[in-house]
Amino acid sequence: MNSEQKEHAGLAETFNKDEDRVNWHDETLWWIRQKRDKSAHNIPEWETLRNTASAIKNHVLSNLHNYLVEFEANAKANGIIVHWAANAQEHNQIVHGILKEHGITQMVKSKSMLTEECHLNEYLAQQGVDVIDSDLGERIVQLAKEPPSHIVLPCIHKKKEEIGEIFHENLGTPAGVSDPQVLTETARQHLRETFLTRKVALTGVNFAIAETGDFVVCTNEGNADMGAHLSDVHIACMGIEKLIPKRRHLAIFLRLLTRSATGQPITTYSSHFRKPRPGQQMHLVLVDNGRSTQLGRPDFRNSLKCIRCGACMNTCPVYRRSGGHSYHSAIAGPIGSILAPNLDMRQYADLPFASTLCGSCSNVCPVKIDIHDQLYKWRQVIVKEGYGNKAKGVGLKVMNWTLSSPGAYHTAGKLGRAVMRIAPFAVNNPLNPWYKHREMPQAPKESFGEWYKKNRK
Amino acid sequence: MNSREQILAKVAANQSATLSLPADVTFTPDGDVLETFKAVALAVGSKLFEVNQVSEIPGMITEQFPFAKRIVSPLPEMAVIAETDLAGINDPHTLKDVDLAILQPHFAVAENSAAWITEDRMGQRIVPFICQHLAIIVPVQDIVATMHQAYERIANADYGFGGFIAGPSKTADIEQSLVLGAHGPRSMTIFLVR
Amino acid sequence: MTVGLFIPCYVDQFYPNAGIATLQLLEKLGVNVVYPENQTCCGQPMANSGYEHLTGKCDELFVDNFSSFDYIVAPSGSCTLHVKEHLHAHQYPEKAKHIRSHIYELVEFLTDVLKVDKLPARFPHKVGVHQSCHGQRGLKLSQMTELVEPFFSKPLQLLNMVEGIELVPLDRTDECCGFGGTFCVAEEAVSVKMGKDRVADHIRHGAEYITGADMSCLMHMEGILRREKSNVKVLHIAEILNAG
Repeated sequence: MNSEQKEHAGLAETFNKDEDRVNWHDETLWWIRQKRDKSAHNIPEWETLRNTASAIKNHVLSNLHNYLVEFEANAKANGIIVHWAANAQEHNQIVHGILKEHGITQMVKSKSMLTEECHLNEYLAQQGVDVIDSDLGERIVQLAKEPPSHIVLPCIHKKKEEIGEIFHENLGTPAGVSDPQVLTETARQHLRETFLTRKVALTGVNFAIAETGDFVVCTNEGNADMGAHLSDVHIACMGIEKLIPKRRHLAIFLRLLTRSATGQPITTYSSHFRKPRPGQQMHLVLVDNGRSTQLGRPDFRNSLKCIRCGACMNTCPVYRRSGGHSYHSAIAGPIGSILAPNLDMRQYADLPFASTLCGSCSNVCPVKIDIHDQLYKWRQVIVKEGYGNKAKGVGLKVMNWTLSSPGAYHTAGKLGRAVMRIAPFAVNNPLNPWYKHREMPQAPKESFGEWYKKNRK
Repeated sequence: MNSREQILAKVAANQSATLSLPADVTFTPDGDVLETFKAVALAVGSKLFEVNQVSEIPGMITEQFPFAKRIVSPLPEMAVIAETDLAGINDPHTLKDVDLAILQPHFAVAENSAAWITEDRMGQRIVPFICQHLAIIVPVQDIVATMHQAYERIANADYGFGGFIAGPSKTADIEQSLVLGAHGPRSMTIFLVR
Repeated sequence: MTVGLFIPCYVDQFYPNAGIATLQLLEKLGVNVVYPENQTCCGQPMANSGYEHLTGKCDELFVDNFSSFDYIVAPSGSCTLHVKEHLHAHQYPEKAKHIRSHIYELVEFLTDVLKVDKLPARFPHKVGVHQSCHGQRGLKLSQMTELVEPFFSKPLQLLNMVEGIELVPLDRTDECCGFGGTFCVAEEAVSVKMGKDRVADHIRHGAEYITGADMSCLMHMEGILRREKSNVKVLHIAEILNAG
């Protein structure tokens, strides 16, 4: 991250300079939200599935210690080498250590938001390791030298012409080619070569099963499988919250995951990895990086139920109109805004305020995280801890004083309305953010209270 | 304390009092399982053929995939058109030029058209992913309604690798335009055996 | 039954007609209404900005003003929800509890407590209904499009009793307008864009009026409509239910 403080409001304002692009971004994501609705409404038991998924995850979080121990024992018995990383740095070192042990300087990686959170690519680049992201969207943003703007749709902010330009510069497609079919085929050829030549493949993990030691990876492209099954060494990285108790619970989660994400009934591939292939090494890195801290915050612990479907982003009217990068954190949108302050309250103090608290996020969440309530609660914590916006704080304290006293309120109200009628320029000016693109309300001569005194007494 | 102990200790200290695991839920939707399967399979981009016997399939494959130079299948019934000795392959990279693979999953699921297959039925783990085209054989009696019935069927099966596969590999990462044939097979053909 | 009328601060100051319509409508329906004159605000602007810990005095004032009524009614879903969820008074916890469980937003008071089944209202115009989030998702005034649950809508139930009204369909029936309290100035760019998009949906479908149960959303949309020199007007739902 840059040393200068980035703030959502400013980044969003920049994004909004191009209104056509905002419309395009909003409509693309709204379309996905509509596909999700259609898919969910096809399942009469949808709300029961959400309730059950939520209860299973709450149960896991309340018994996480034992499930971690159980999962580790089963995974080890299955021949998997298990590592534990307390934080991002240790995670990155573990991955690098495995690569060093095998004398590897090139790796292929399928989608893993955890490695984004840990900034693994940057770390490995510094160690002289070349990482190629194999998910098409991630490959595109990697070539563009940008982070993903969405956890499921990494390059949803890019237009096909821009992607064509990136491919022209990096993969040698002719200038001006922007047909998604042609660009995808180009990426297929380019990445096939990568899959065939990389000896180490890293994947994320969608679900891990305590009972059996299985870990499940879901993709549409088949990139995780292409990497893993051709590799000599498969490294899978997962947050410690990804556990579920039993294999049969996958029925519930797999029914919910993609219907919530994109409206698909299931991803093309839901791969259950359990044992390394003969001759292959399989590593699993269990990563904490703040999760155990979040577990200790009763108001926020259930954010760890998240299964990373991205539905809250697609439905969020603010996300759709500000773009993923305005959240300046690995995970954008409503869920990112309740996860990020746990990692760094100062850096991400603005995010819980980047919401109207409309509540749509909580309604689409397949595991029923009360996202908008947590946004409200984070605001209280951030202000109390002293990370709130100082200028806003002074204004609100004055406002609070006024509103705590009927006398002050009535005087201020009368005065304010008089000023707005007699000297509208005092409020209708560029220093008033309301007035930039909106008219002020027309100040009436008398308030309701004044009218009531005359008419009902 | 090493990281493992540190993490486990912190988790133990911070987790809430144990909340109970909810009762298992299972649902069986209305509607014909086979018809649902067919509709969903077509919707996710698979091609469907219905046959009376497995023995009809090799002929149909030759017709449908005239360009296929290298065909592989662990199924002895496909020996007339395919290499069937896959278990003996040591290096999965040698499968990079497979045009078509023919596999028989354990069963398929109507609600999402996903087929469950474990590595013992793949020949090699990479086979269903590296081939340019994938064909699967599904007897109609091996279709279950939902993922609940699917996991009842999988139960405690012991496998090294298994997966659900639903349709051809695909991506919509470029402006949400659906493109079939991302990194895995460009097409999925399902032979339903009555 | 005596109802304490809570008129939120910005309605009191900027939209007295919405307050007057609320009062007249309740009186028309035979309710004994009292307006405690020392009322100010529910404390939401501070709390939503992270200053809930400073709203003690506001809360105490609210309890002083309203604890003696059978019901408290407010023409604002957002303020009602805030009181329901966050009103606390250290000295009088029982009084605060009484208020929290007896405060109603106007629409739900009409449908759930008074069980109104006809209204003597007439409003021969094309009207778009804005579902304010706190009323809809917080107070559950109507079903939410995200959920797989049966449809209902308390505002529509009432508006359908109004003679001559034509309700226009919308492309996005329950998308947020972007007001969001202090969000409207702190995140000015996104707030305005959300408001413009919402207003455009109503205009596209031929609305002459935009109505809703929260004046704050309507104030924000009115600001945009007037800046765009649109003829479309905003009216609080009480003003339509009390019309004619």
